[in-house]
Amino acid sequence: MTTHSIVVTVNGDDERLEVPSNMTLLQMLRDKLALTGTKNGCEAGECGACTVLVDGEPVNSCMMLAVEADGRNILTVEGLAAEGELSPLQQAFVEHNAVQCGFCTPGMLMTTTALLQRNPHPTEDEIKDALVGNLCRCTGYVRIIQAVQSAADKGRG
Amino acid sequence: MFARPGLPSFDYRQAHSLEEATHLLNEYGKDARLMMGGTDLFPGLREDVYRPRVVLDVKQIPSLRQITFDPEVGLSLGAAATMNEIARHPTIQRDYPLLAQAAATVASYQIRNRATIGGNLCNASPCADTAPAALVLEAELDLYGPQGTRRVPAREFFVGPGQTVLQPAELMTTIRFPLPTSTGAARYLKLGRCKSGDLSLVGVAVHGQPDGTASGYRFRIGLGSVGPVPFRALEAEAILANDAPGEEAFARAAETAMAAATPITDVRGTADYQRAMVRTLTLRALREVWTQLDKGMRV
Repeated sequence: MTTHSIVVTVNGDDERLEVPSNMTLLQMLRDKLALTGTKNGCEAGECGACTVLVDGEPVNSCMMLAVEADGRNILTVEGLAAEGELSPLQQAFVEHNAVQCGFCTPGMLMTTTALLQRNPHPTEDEIKDALVGNLCRCTGYVRIIQAVQSAADKGRG
Repeated sequence: MFARPGLPSFDYRQAHSLEEATHLLNEYGKDARLMMGGTDLFPGLREDVYRPRVVLDVKQIPSLRQITFDPEVGLSLGAAATMNEIARHPTIQRDYPLLAQAAATVASYQIRNRATIGGNLCNASPCADTAPAALVLEAELDLYGPQGTRRVPAREFFVGPGQTVLQPAELMTTIRFPLPTSTGAARYLKLGRCKSGDLSLVGVAVHGQPDGTASGYRFRIGLGSVGPVPFRALEAEAILANDAPGEEAFARAAETAMAAATPITDVRGTADYQRAMVRTLTLRALREVWTQLDKGMRV
């Protein structure tokens, strides 16, 4: 199987990597870069636990090849907190107890970070629409939605 | 390490021109599998449905990414246009709202950033959400192969579940939609097991416009998920070309559309349920389109 030399920006750092053809972006993040905040849930594009931002847009990293990330800008949950300070949306998740087991949380944060970037004041329905591809099996959706609304109300994605 | 094994082995190749793509498809034959967004390919690889030696990515071919509107000809979508690009495109929202609606119902926002209209059509799932829209908007599909480009009407493209008229070294390059009529109206209704995110149990696209028919209107009805291929309910359409629009004609047309459906019972629902829902959703879509036509506005 062929390998590919790629240069990819991950959370602001340029990484030069050799990746096999069949490696997913999710595997690259977790296995090559030890960024295990991004979770492997269903590996089928259903659960959203592996959501990362690619050039600012949320994507299931289990459904994209590492080689496709060549030249792209990737943001993972590890990149949300600047200088060790939680992002306003992360802070809102904490304040609203929007985390139970936590497995879905990185994906939820990435999806809603992108939502607030493209729509700073989403309605409840727009938040729900954006989160169709992020499953929480503790079923803590209400608090997640409240956290997103609160961050939006304060104008702080 | 992962509890699940990831993707099986293959070589990833990119084609940067149509010529290169057909050349590589010819070279690798059945060992190659085309890829754009990968949202159907990856599950197929993981479930061992496909075992390609080469995965050939064609989405970086520049012409496949283009979305253009020509006021003389209509809308052209490169096959690799993503569902989100289609759903949020201002011209498509204004002039082809049915297409924007259909694209916006596909899976989740994340998947719609990857899934492409060409992939949706070429995978030829009976439940492909963009297929009923392509059928009722009378789209034409450009297929590029070693002999050049041929143009196929959407209604002749689907052959069976997962089967199309595409030849081994051919790929879909462009989906062409004729100019919209300023007096038309349309609606796509999708039923899944939950409000959104699911594959469709039934998809109904209805387009209506004033026309020189006996009834004064031409309605087109496209059905997805309720037969081996997405199809037009032509007998139902004939009723509406003849009988004056209204509850009576809509009920007869919906009943006739239901009779044309041949769904199968599967994990998502029984055949009887899907048939009944064809009638319900067709009726509902006809009423909604008629309300829009009556108001003389498009939605």
